Amino acid sequence: MDIDTHKAEEHEAHAHGYGIYVLVFFGLLALTAVTVSVAGINLGSLTLTVALVIATIKTCLVANYFMHVKFDTPIFKVFIAVCIVIFATMIGLTFFDLIFRTP
Amino acid sequence: MSQNSEVVVHQEHVHEAHAHVGEHVHRDDMGSKMGMWLFLFTEVLLFGGMFILYASYRFIYSDAYKVAAAELDTYIGTINTIILLASSCAVVLGIVALQRKNKGLCLGFLWFTQACGAAFMVNKYFEWTHKIHLGIYPKGPALADMSEGEVVFFGLYYVMTGLHGLHIIVGMIFIGTIMVMIQKNKITHDNYQKLENAGLYWHLVDVIWIFLFPLFYLIH
Repeated sequence: MDIDTHKAEEHEAHAHGYGIYVLVFFGLLALTAVTVSVAGINLGSLTLTVALVIATIKTCLVANYFMHVKFDTPIFKVFIAVCIVIFATMIGLTFFDLIFRTP
Repeated sequence: MSQNSEVVVHQEHVHEAHAHVGEHVHRDDMGSKMGMWLFLFTEVLLFGGMFILYASYRFIYSDAYKVAAAELDTYIGTINTIILLASSCAVVLGIVALQRKNKGLCLGFLWFTQACGAAFMVNKYFEWTHKIHLGIYPKGPALADMSEGEVVFFGLYYVMTGLHGLHIIVGMIFIGTIMVMIQKNKITHDNYQKLENAGLYWHLVDVIWIFLFPLFYLIH
């Protein structure tokens, strides 16, 4: 009985309507439009930064809403943080080698 | 003797209890989801290694990347981005439909996802065959006249979008299997972790495309 009510609560906390996901989808479409149109403008070295920032925002939307990370237990955020730190370390070390290597 | 039989009876009871437990309670949705996430991280690092390769060569051949990327069709890339975003949205709407015990609508959403995956691959097919027709493929004639950086760019283009395309196919098989299980009522409104796991996989493939798209198609 106790377990049942607990489960029902959990489901309720998890259950969202269709609306929020459709809204996120339109947000993602808008960001796609922005990234495509910004690519046409010559921003010089900023072009790559802008593209990556928009891609990161889109990823946050997909992870938080479509992948339910926002509504899940915080352990998954820890998981993701660990993964990002490992990946960032790999990039950092590679570029240390690349930038300071004499051609 | 009588003691013995008692033990046997007792054991039978234990067996029955075990069978009962196995049938109804032995389910660990949290563990299942964690396992899926851990798998997704290995995927992130697989593609991550390639993104590092991409970045390193972009650092060395930044001008050649711009020349080579002009060859790619931004229009097809944008269409494929929209297709994948829509398919991801459909999966998550399918989960909502199943939670609301609407099996038919859930399957409808998942069919839409399958159609999007197929459309993505058809676009990819036309994109690749056009490139191959122009002689742009590993060791192809067009590459002989190109600089080293352009050759590297197209090599990475084929490997990274190819591996991504392979993931789309795997994702479609994954979701197809889940659809059969929903049809057979093995996945229901109160037991849908497998559908969520398939969704997580599909969303990750979507996220990878979110990065591939600007890095390959939008360099000017």
